[in-house]
Amino acid sequence: MRLPNMFAIIAVVITGGILLYGVSDFPSFGDPKSPANAAVPGSESVSQYFITKSYKDTKVPNLVTSVLADYRGYDTMFETVVIFAAGMAIFAILGSVGGGSQPRVQEEGPSFVDGDHSRIIVGTTCRLLVPVIQVFALYVIGHGHYSPGGGFQGGVILAASFIIIALSSDLDAALRRLSEVNYLRLACVGILIYAGFGVLCQVLESNFLDYGVLQPILLTDGPEMARSHSMLGVEIGVAFTVTAIMFAIYANLSSRGTLRDGL
Amino acid sequence: MIFAFDIIILVFLVIAAIISLSVKDLLSASMIFGIYGFLICLLWAEMGAVDVAFTEAAVGAGISAVLMVATVFNTKRKSSD
Repeated sequence: MRLPNMFAIIAVVITGGILLYGVSDFPSFGDPKSPANAAVPGSESVSQYFITKSYKDTKVPNLVTSVLADYRGYDTMFETVVIFAAGMAIFAILGSVGGGSQPRVQEEGPSFVDGDHSRIIVGTTCRLLVPVIQVFALYVIGHGHYSPGGGFQGGVILAASFIIIALSSDLDAALRRLSEVNYLRLACVGILIYAGFGVLCQVLESNFLDYGVLQPILLTDGPEMARSHSMLGVEIGVAFTVTAIMFAIYANLSSRGTLRDGL
Repeated sequence: MIFAFDIIILVFLVIAAIISLSVKDLLSASMIFGIYGFLICLLWAEMGAVDVAFTEAAVGAGISAVLMVATVFNTKRKSSD
């Protein structure tokens, strides 16, 4: 019993030492001469470009969102696809492990017993809290290009509101609001919205996800505002997928893939 | 970047990580992992990466703690090692 422990400690110490050695090579925090900040001879520096030109290019005050959804839009699209794939994998694994088993018998009878005051307090508090959480989630999604936030964060908060419903009453109550079929549809629709924006740009004879050409469709003042509005569109797509997948992961984990009872 | 604030967060980060690894009750381990997530979120916010801090608060501290608790309820409560 001692021996494997010793090996584990040695392995951890060696790995930690190598990692610390690697960190010593990093440029210090905010170093203007680091490769990310300094200009390469003959071309402009990347961060300089984003800081000075991104508002002019996209009319989006939040620089992070404009990089995430426009300059690196292709990258973000596949991040969303990765989340989708992870959700599908969990769905497939847990569904195949627990899907064939019998539905669990309800042991404690009706879940709402007379005189069970703690249940009433928790249920009422969550009922009051859920609309506030959902409105805040929509604000985070819709305001993602003006302040910190965006599709990923807002989607997670929106999923949390459904999980709170599942925690305060039971999984069935949450599944009545967002059923299995509907969250799978929502996850697919989210990715289709994102990819749809890309394909629409291609149809209008430009590059994939080059939102500037959507100006005649979105009826905006110029290609910059078209970029801004398209970013909102793809953030909504991301939010759909993230909401659906996060809730799907919770619903499957808490019910061992049978989607009954839950916690 | 405030040095003293940094040191406090990093010390608590190490303490939270060690406790969440060593505690036998898996439910408290996942709760303390949520604290670890919030401390990392503070660290991001303090370094000026507010977007990343927001994501960490929502995903790292919020949803993953809930998912871990959901998993613990479907296994044994106590760790065997």
